[in-house]
Amino acid sequence: MKKRKINIAVTGLNNIDSPGPGIPVIRALRDSKKFDVRIIGLSYETLEPGLYMHDLVDKSYQVPFPSAGTEALLERLRYIHSVEKIDVIIPNFDAELQNFIKLEETLKKEMGISMFLPTHDQFEERHKANLMEFGKQHGIQVPFGKMIFSTAEIPSLTKDFTYPVVVKGKYYDASVAYNPEQVATYFNKLSAKWGLPIIIQQYVFGSEVNVTAIGDGKGNAIGAVPMRKQYITDKGKAWAGISLDDEKLVSIANKLLASSKWRGGMELEFIKSAAGEYFLLEINPRFPAWVYLAVGCGQNHPEALVLMALGEKVKPFKEYEKGKLFVRYSYDLIVDLKEFETISTLGEL
Amino acid sequence: MWHLFTKSFFNMKIRKNIAVSDSGFIFNPSTGDSFSTNPIGLEIIQMLKEEKSKEEMRKTILQKYQVDEATFEKDFYDFVSMLHQTQIISQDEEKKN
Repeated sequence: MKKRKINIAVTGLNNIDSPGPGIPVIRALRDSKKFDVRIIGLSYETLEPGLYMHDLVDKSYQVPFPSAGTEALLERLRYIHSVEKIDVIIPNFDAELQNFIKLEETLKKEMGISMFLPTHDQFEERHKANLMEFGKQHGIQVPFGKMIFSTAEIPSLTKDFTYPVVVKGKYYDASVAYNPEQVATYFNKLSAKWGLPIIIQQYVFGSEVNVTAIGDGKGNAIGAVPMRKQYITDKGKAWAGISLDDEKLVSIANKLLASSKWRGGMELEFIKSAAGEYFLLEINPRFPAWVYLAVGCGQNHPEALVLMALGEKVKPFKEYEKGKLFVRYSYDLIVDLKEFETISTLGEL
Repeated sequence: MWHLFTKSFFNMKIRKNIAVSDSGFIFNPSTGDSFSTNPIGLEIIQMLKEEKSKEEMRKTILQKYQVDEATFEKDFYDFVSMLHQTQIISQDEEKKN
């Protein structure tokens, strides 16, 4: 079958110790049997490794930080589109998603660029701060959580929690605290980095299991692959993981995709207690950095997302291979100064 | 742990989806855990898979290896307790022998 030529712009090229999903998404697209892809990398910083991975990324452009707002982003995308004729954009960062969601209609109407993103309401309701409510709404157990805005609230946490508790940043990062002093330390660290509020969540003992999933926005689960982290970095990131044979977990994920009518890729993070109960810890509104494991297991979620972005109907995946591992590695790219100079001064490479 | 030494202990069964290779590598796809066992452990696991009774397993091991009954009993209980802890055998899939 002849592959269809398509230009896809992808963000999240920071393939570092806390990796962005961009490179795994690109690898998935390069594996596609349906598309012959030209990849346009969109980067925020000049040292994102994906910029220099020329076997994966055909051309790269810097884009303004999310804090610059939608107008600056739109202006930059107009220029990039004028050169590259982008068909689809896949944003991969939580922090940039709101801007892209706001621009989805404009990009489609003005430039014919397609995306397949959660709606603004879906994005908001799964927020860490709203997760308990989300769990209630969709019949999924979520550990008790509470937002705090000041260290003065820490002593009274014992009314609602028993130690240890998990202290979470607004967007990223989480640490387990065993006493109020540790909560205060993490509060200061996380609020300085991500702002307020800080989320306190009851710690649940068990093993961490995650699901990478994709929904069609109409209540159909297109795919879901569960994974257990086997090697965890000090940032809590999976450096190795294995796909699980866990029907209960897949059915919870499918139920959530159906009841929330989730549109696009997502990652669900659960704790499985010793009693076999699942507690939803977090929902990330985009593919995880380990999404390439799903491809290895027979479900190419990024390819399915592109098809749906182009308005095509996608049949749900029925199977995936269990007991398949991913093992991450780091690799030193040797880069000519000229390349670094080009991206730093011209904003494209 | 005490319940393992009661009658229900002998009714336990290897979980259906457990993968056991000829080299003694055991993979539990429900938990993602993997283990290695020595040839005798592998033999016991194969017998558990074949739903042999404890008595049959005892006879086989005592005939085949130079081991006294007391040592077999102790090591067998230890091994099966470990299989239980690692969720390789399950109470849910018990079978009356």
